[in-house]
Amino acid sequence: MESSLTKVGLWFALLVLSILAVAGAQDSGFAVHMWIFAAVAFGGMWITAARYDPLARVQGIFHMPTDPTRYDDDPIRWGVIATMFWGTAGFLAGLFIALQLAFPALNFEPYLNFGRVRPLHTSAVIFAFGGNALIATSFYVVQRTCRARLAFPALARFVFWGYQLFIVLAASGYLMGVTQSREYAEPEWYVDIWLTIVWLSYAAVFIGTIVRRHEPHIYVANWFYLAFILTVAMLHVVNNLAVPVSFLGSRSYSAFAGVQDALTQWWYGHNAVGFFLTAGFLAMMYYFVPKQAERPVYSYRLSIIHFWSLIFLYIWAGPHHLHYTALPDWAQTLGMVFSVMLWMPSWGGMINGLMTLNGAWDKVRTDPIIRMMVMALAFYGMSTFEGPMLSIKSVNSLSHYTDWTIGHVHSGALGWNGMITFACVYYLVPRLWKRERLYSLRMINWHFWLATIGIVFYAASMWVAGITQGLMWREYGADGYLVNSFADTVSALHPMYLMRAFGGLLYLSGFVIMLVNVWKTIAGCIRVEVPMSDAAFDPEKDRPIATNRAAVSGAAIPAE
Amino acid sequence: MNMAESHKKLERNVTLLAVGAFVAVAIGGIVEIAPLFWIDNTIEKVDGMRPYTPLEQAGRDIYVREGCYSCHSQMIRPFRDEVERYGHYSLAAESMYDHPFQWGSKRTGPDLARVGGRYSDDWHVQHLKNPQSVVPESVMPSYGFLSDTTLVVADPAAQLRALSHVGVPYGKDEIANAETDLAAQANPDLDGEGLAKRYPKAQIRDFDGDPSRLTEMDALVAYLQMLGTLVDVNSAAAQEELATEKGR
Repeated sequence: MESSLTKVGLWFALLVLSILAVAGAQDSGFAVHMWIFAAVAFGGMWITAARYDPLARVQGIFHMPTDPTRYDDDPIRWGVIATMFWGTAGFLAGLFIALQLAFPALNFEPYLNFGRVRPLHTSAVIFAFGGNALIATSFYVVQRTCRARLAFPALARFVFWGYQLFIVLAASGYLMGVTQSREYAEPEWYVDIWLTIVWLSYAAVFIGTIVRRHEPHIYVANWFYLAFILTVAMLHVVNNLAVPVSFLGSRSYSAFAGVQDALTQWWYGHNAVGFFLTAGFLAMMYYFVPKQAERPVYSYRLSIIHFWSLIFLYIWAGPHHLHYTALPDWAQTLGMVFSVMLWMPSWGGMINGLMTLNGAWDKVRTDPIIRMMVMALAFYGMSTFEGPMLSIKSVNSLSHYTDWTIGHVHSGALGWNGMITFACVYYLVPRLWKRERLYSLRMINWHFWLATIGIVFYAASMWVAGITQGLMWREYGADGYLVNSFADTVSALHPMYLMRAFGGLLYLSGFVIMLVNVWKTIAGCIRVEVPMSDAAFDPEKDRPIATNRAAVSGAAIPAE
Repeated sequence: MNMAESHKKLERNVTLLAVGAFVAVAIGGIVEIAPLFWIDNTIEKVDGMRPYTPLEQAGRDIYVREGCYSCHSQMIRPFRDEVERYGHYSLAAESMYDHPFQWGSKRTGPDLARVGGRYSDDWHVQHLKNPQSVVPESVMPSYGFLSDTTLVVADPAAQLRALSHVGVPYGKDEIANAETDLAAQANPDLDGEGLAKRYPKAQIRDFDGDPSRLTEMDALVAYLQMLGTLVDVNSAAAQEELATEKGR
């Protein structure tokens, strides 16, 4: 009773502080965010005081099983639901801004202008969809591979809900124009501080669980999760160093300027790709691909080489985002050289994943989840070849500032991150909700093909758009003058922008099929359908060869 | 002991593994970023650079707020076509007071590093209100609300003070006069003498065509109109200075 009183007191103090911050707020964005904090504090206070447990009720809606003798899977179930929810939001935002580029009339000033929705899209897919998938799978994998329940269960729940609050603050901030303009690190200083607290708690839960493990060895997937958590902490803190104008306002100014600021940002930006979208997702690969294929990881030695070379080399590649800028030449060249070297560990990882299917390649035909994983690895391999190629300065002089970069990013994000996440969620849902199997395997097949064709439309149209624009910018006529005005290059891209939006629509449709499939599985339904793999059998033909009808009817035929 | 055997030590000890991984990821950043802060020729000195005026800085904040960097770069690369299209390639010194930098990564629209003085104020206002009315092919969103929104800077002095904390050389004089300078730049009737002295080449006039009030449009256009105008990159002196520079 006393401890719950203290808790109520703490929530109340937070509520009062938030309301004071609202009263003193220097700008409306900050005021709205403090209202959100106040609402959370009020909710916390009410729940503690009334001993009302809304989570228990909601867990009923989501049919969550409870069994304390098993692994601590509640935060993971929530994580799967959050992944699905934010995926929907992020993909919709992506389709919306793709259409805005084709039809500028779809901009609704000021809140839904392209410049404000674009960071909403990137953060929703990377940090909300991808981040929830990473947190959920890491909690799942670390428990299984350590044979231990999560350390600090209360902190694990704080990590999940605190991370959702971070997403809400970031997303609502973008629409209100609260941004630092650092790509993939747009949230302002106070949201950054909040994320730092959540992230350190995440590290504590993850490392704490490893410390309590009952297996002598730390499994390779956990190396990658560990490197991802530590590196993201380092990148996040350094890149967001800033001085706020007021402690009651949203605006802050970056600690660095110009050249140094640019390289710090792209050191962060590239390694958000390298550690958030690569190391973390490779950890997913190292656990779920062997599980689904029921084969051990192809090579233990390759995993060691893959891990250390990947994390060491990735961090150097940032300057390739700044080729031919005012960044010193030596840094650009260093970035290029390391980016090209990065090709090798990337493909080492892809090979380790693909070769895990040795002896189980038939499953690509029969198991749609394996098919998705293989396609994810194929896109990973393609993107990690394209990346080093684009980082070569002479290629970059054409591709930089164009849609080629956008195409490259999406073949990685939709193909690699999206597909591997879908496969892992398909793997997890029946196990987390104790269902016999997924609602439908055939629907995964539909999802697979819609997503794949969608990516092909997306990537191909952006390649064409990027190269077209790059060439048009530098086109000279016989008279020695530039041929195209900038506006000419914009109108030339219109058909590509339409095709890109169509590709995105296909990808989103596949995801909608997944939503249905996941929801039905959670609800406990099983679709009656023809199995994906069955040897053909026709009972009509299941009889001995007969020479004529008489034999069938049983009439006696004299032997010749 | 072979590699796999010795690696087992790391695999059994989460502290060793974490420290090893952290060292591996820290090296690249230390080698690439840290030297930029002390190698002298990272930013070659040029004449004419000065911190932003309070109004330009307010315009810059709006530029950041609206996410203009999503589609517009401010970094001209040293290629013949870019130099002909946008002007002299960008120098490191030209963004030395940019917290944060706005080099951008994508050109859905053209580069803006030297857009200052290329178009009239009227053109900018019209273009921001309805881009397609002046560039029919444009896919830019409209920003008409800027004209209707009074510019609110909660505390101009605090803004300059925060910037001075991160290294922008605003003196006492600039910070003390921040509020009056903010208003004076867009209103020629006010006394702009001190402003012009504190910020050489500052353009003082009504920018948005509505002298009766100070709007966000004033601030944004003031910012756009000064981009790339501070340094005379083509002056003989600048070229000579670059040519005699040592250590390149």
